[in-house]
This record gives sequence, structure tokens and C-alpha cells, in this order.
Amino acid sequence: MTATAMKKEMDTVSVENSKTWQKVCTKADLVEFSGVAAWLDSCEPPAQVAIFYLPGHGNELYALDHHDPFSNANVIARGIVGDLKGAPVVASPIYKQHFRLEDGQCLEDEDIKLRTWKIEFKGDEVWIEG
Amino acid sequence: MSTKLKLLGVDVGSIGDAHGNQNPGARMFRYLDPLTQVYRKIVVSSDGKKLLGAMLVGDNSAYDTLLQYYSNGIELPDEPASLILPQSSGAAPALGPGALPETATICSCHNVSKGDICATIDGGAVDLTGVKGETKASTGCGGCTALLKSVVDHELEARGVEVDKSICEHFAHTRQGLYDIVRVEGIKTFSELIDKHGNPETHRLGCDICKPAVASILASCFNEPITDASHVPLQDTNDTFMANMQKNGTYSVVPRVAGGEITPDKLIVLGEVAKKYGLYSKVTGGQRIDLFGARLEDLPDIWSELIDAGFETGHAYGKSLRTVKSCVGSTWCRYGVQDSVGMAIQLENRYKGLRSPHKIKFGVSGCTRECAEAQSKDIGIIATENGWNLYVCGNGGMRPRHAELFATDLDDEQLYRTIDRFLMFYVRTADRLQRTSVWRENLEGGLDYLKEVVLDDSLGIGDELERQMQTVIDNYQCEWADAISDPEKLKRFRSFVNDERPDPSIIMTSERGQLRPA
Repeated sequence: MTATAMKKEMDTVSVENSKTWQKVCTKADLVEFSGVAAWLDSCEPPAQVAIFYLPGHGNELYALDHHDPFSNANVIARGIVGDLKGAPVVASPIYKQHFRLEDGQCLEDEDIKLRTWKIEFKGDEVWIEG
Repeated sequence: MSTKLKLLGVDVGSIGDAHGNQNPGARMFRYLDPLTQVYRKIVVSSDGKKLLGAMLVGDNSAYDTLLQYYSNGIELPDEPASLILPQSSGAAPALGPGALPETATICSCHNVSKGDICATIDGGAVDLTGVKGETKASTGCGGCTALLKSVVDHELEARGVEVDKSICEHFAHTRQGLYDIVRVEGIKTFSELIDKHGNPETHRLGCDICKPAVASILASCFNEPITDASHVPLQDTNDTFMANMQKNGTYSVVPRVAGGEITPDKLIVLGEVAKKYGLYSKVTGGQRIDLFGARLEDLPDIWSELIDAGFETGHAYGKSLRTVKSCVGSTWCRYGVQDSVGMAIQLENRYKGLRSPHKIKFGVSGCTRECAEAQSKDIGIIATENGWNLYVCGNGGMRPRHAELFATDLDDEQLYRTIDRFLMFYVRTADRLQRTSVWRENLEGGLDYLKEVVLDDSLGIGDELERQMQTVIDNYQCEWADAISDPEKLKRFRSFVNDERPDPSIIMTSERGQLRPA
């Protein structure tokens, strides 16, 4: 194993260990039944996260990659939210693939899965673990 | 000629010689139920063997069966009246497409039999479009559209192919059905519609098929701002941000340039805005300027500057009226016979903001040389010595189609009224994402039927269609002017809710003196 690879693995481990809950925005920043994007600087490299707010449905809050692997553009938060076969999904606004909000699974391509993060309200604040 | 439709929730249908006045010796059977407001009439040949015509009001359930008896000359049962009597009194079972013989002619324009259709399906056609492409059935007068569909659906189902007419899993309705429900019940939000008429088996969120379709229907009926809180989650990204998303996640901006006429001062503003925000500039096919590469967070500032200079939104992002292209007309051209630019501006300002099943384009030419290419538009207008000739249902794009002459030598007022009716009838009856050309090709009765409805007011809905259009016109407002005056709406135009730094992965490079995605 090269020194660079070892360094990389150590970084990964330390990032995983340092996963903490952090405030990203407030409820007023969210759009009901739609998405907004936020930066998550604790990730390496910093991640763009799409946050969806579905009041009265399931977990209410969902966080997944803002990056769309099909177009390589950061646009997932700007897709239409809906439910297909009982599961809440977002449709990419570019080529319209659907991603499950729960686990990031792409419905059209089983090999593609977006990252997801734990997210919840603390009072009026929105917190993400990452 | 045969037709079937739903008017304000009431089914009406007419087949062949519905009045019984074209066939001497014809006999009529009538059934009237004054309680449920149902009326059915059949016109039968003098020997009682053939169906010559029919009229249905309040209930169209007998339509398909009657049409098959009529179209294929199938011999009537011994008691023809049984076809229109209520089921409880022992009416004859419906004659489904399965009961038609292989030799039955389905499309008489192209001489296509049921056997031909079955052979096409066995040969690999998997849907109506495939069958039509292969056999040309229903591409002539269009009168057999419904019959063809029922035969194709039946044959596909018989081969195990599921045929579902629902718009999506959330509604067991077509777009047209949803449109009628919204109008008749005055429903103004998606949540009310899905609560009352959604499929109880599915969740209540809707999807990327039904939500934009319902958003479009609500806008066609009530024209409330699409950026209002209850409508926001329904919109495609282009409508949400009132700009066209490009492949790198940036947007293009197209202000309205009615009729393609623009002052030097406004041209200069477009240039200055493009320069300031680093936008790639291109002239569009609809005689406007498209500014590409705008970042989400820059859109409000760009629009503030454009609105200050007198621009308004161009709806290039919406399924709505796009542009009215014009030639320079009699003002400058030595051949022009009318002021085509003036008319184009009038029309564009009249119909701007009209949301419809798909985008709509107009063209106005000042003489028969047709420099505005009006005959390739949904609505084409060509000046004559006496007024305007109106062409409808043309299209460029993937399947080019010449518009057809609809009315001649109209004066200005007649032209507005005819287009009001035509467009509203399209908005009412077209399918989701169906351009006027495809709508026209699928319309039972074809152009003649369209003329009867719009010009002769055969359905008695002309006034209503005009009123509806007037509502849309009266409620027009520039969506961008509305949005930039509302801090809540502006919050959406942040790339990130917790940071003002721009998206670093949007990278531009230079080509031919302008920026483009790297």
C-alpha cells in the first residue's frame, strides 16, 4: 500500500468517526413538498445535499445527493417530488430518472444509488448527520 | 360523420344520420328518461336491418356498440330498440370489438380491415401509434379514431398487453377527464383534486406526470400565478424557476419580444445584461434573443434589470403561448397587403400567459409570399386584400405538418374570436403534451368537425369558450414581475440555503467570443 493510499484510508476513517449532527438551515428555508440544496462541509470533499420536506408523509425530511449522476449537474433538489409504487421519489429535472427519497435508489437503473444522510428537525432547525 | 364528447360533464354523441333526414323511409326509435336526463335515439333502415344514425345525450355507454353496427353495416338484432333500452329491461349485450368479423372495414379512407390490424399487431406493433404507422388507419378523415382504438385495445388485451387509459397511477382519469372535473367542480388546488378524485390505492403526493398536467389545467382555468405556494410543488423545474434548465444546471432567459419587434434601446439592454452576467446570446427561431448560462441565484437580478427596461417574461419555459413570428408587412414591404407586425403584436399580447396542453406558436405573414412561415405554426395567419386567412394545426419539429386553411378573409375582430374559440377548445379536449397537429389528427370528424364547433358553434359552446379565454386574458400578469416583488418567492432562487458561494462545478469555456459549458 502506498503512502498516499494509506493517508486516504486514514482520512476516510477519521471522517467517518467525526460524523456529527450539524444544523444546516431552518424550517423557513424549506419549501413544502419540494426541495432545496445545502452545503455539507463536514464531508470530504464537501457535499451538496438536496433536502426535501414532505409535511405529514413518512419521515417528513429527506436528504440525498444534489448531484445527478446521469447529467453530472447539481440539480436533484430542483426535481419534482412524488410517489411511485408507494415510495416517495424525486424525478431528476434533466433526464427525468426517479430516485427513492428513503435510500437514494434509482428506479430506472439498479446500479445507481444516491448517497443519503440522516436528517431531522430540532425545533425549527434542520439538522443533518454528516 | 360521428362524434362523441363530454360537455360540462354531460355526455353527448352523434352517429351518421342522427336526425334521420338523409335517408328516405328511415325509422326512428327514441328512449327518454326525464329523471336522469338521458335521451337516446337510433335511426334504422326501412327494413329494420341496418343502423343509419344515432343520437345520445346524458349517457354515451351505447356509443361504441352503435358505432360498430353503423360503420360495419352489421345486421341489427330483431328488436333494434333493445340497443337503447336500459340494461334492466334486458337490452342486448354490447357488441364489442371482439365480435367484429376479420373482414370488417375499420378505416374506409385507407381500406384497413380488422384482419389487417390483427396482422400488424401479430407482426410486432405494440400500441395504437404502431398500428397507425403501419396501416395508415385513422390518418385520413380521422372518423374511425375511436373504433380503431377500441379494436387495437381489444386485440392487445387479448394478447395479454395491458391497456390503461389513466394519466398515471394517481388518477384513473385522462387529462380531458381531469379538466372537466376541475371546471365543473371549481377545484383550485392539486391537493383538493387528489383528495376527491385520486386513486385511493396510491399515496397522495402525485408524480412528475400528473402534477405538471394538473398545474397546466389549473392555470388554463384560473390563471393564478404558478409561483403561489400551493402550485409551486406541481411545476417542472422550468416553470418553478421561470427559465429553461440547460444540461449543466444553468438556465436560459428569454424575454418577450412581441412579434419580433424590438427597439434599439431594448436591444442594448439585452446586450448589457448578457455581458454583465456572462450569458451566451443566440437569436431564436421565434424572433427573440435567448440568453444562456444564467446561474439560479442570478435570475432575480437579471430579471430586475430586464423588467426595469420594460421587458416581461416570455414563457419560453412553459407549455403555453411562445411567440408570434411575423414578417415586416405592409409598413415596409412593397408586397405586403396588411400590417402583419401590428397584428402579431396584438395577438401575442392577447394570448401571452395562456397555459395549454403543449406549447403554442403563431405566425403572421403580410402577404401570400409567407415570409413568416405561418403555415408551419399551430396558428398561422396570412394577410389578404380583404383581411386575414386563418390556418390551424401546423407544426415544425419532429413531424412537420402544414397548417390547414380554416377560415378566409376575416376582419380583426372575427380573427380574435375564432382563435379564442379554437384555442380554448384545444385546451379543453387535447391530451397531455399533445400539440395541435396531433390533436387534430386524432380528432374524430377532423377539420370539418373543428369548423362546425368553432365557426358554426354546433355544440353551442362558442360564448363559453370566449368567456373562458377572456378570463385568462383578464388575469394575465408577468410572473417574473410578481416573483421579484415577493421576498418569499425569491427565497427559492438560492443555489444553497446555507451559503452564498456559487456552485463550483459549473465551469465555462470560451468559444467564438462567447462562454459555453466546458
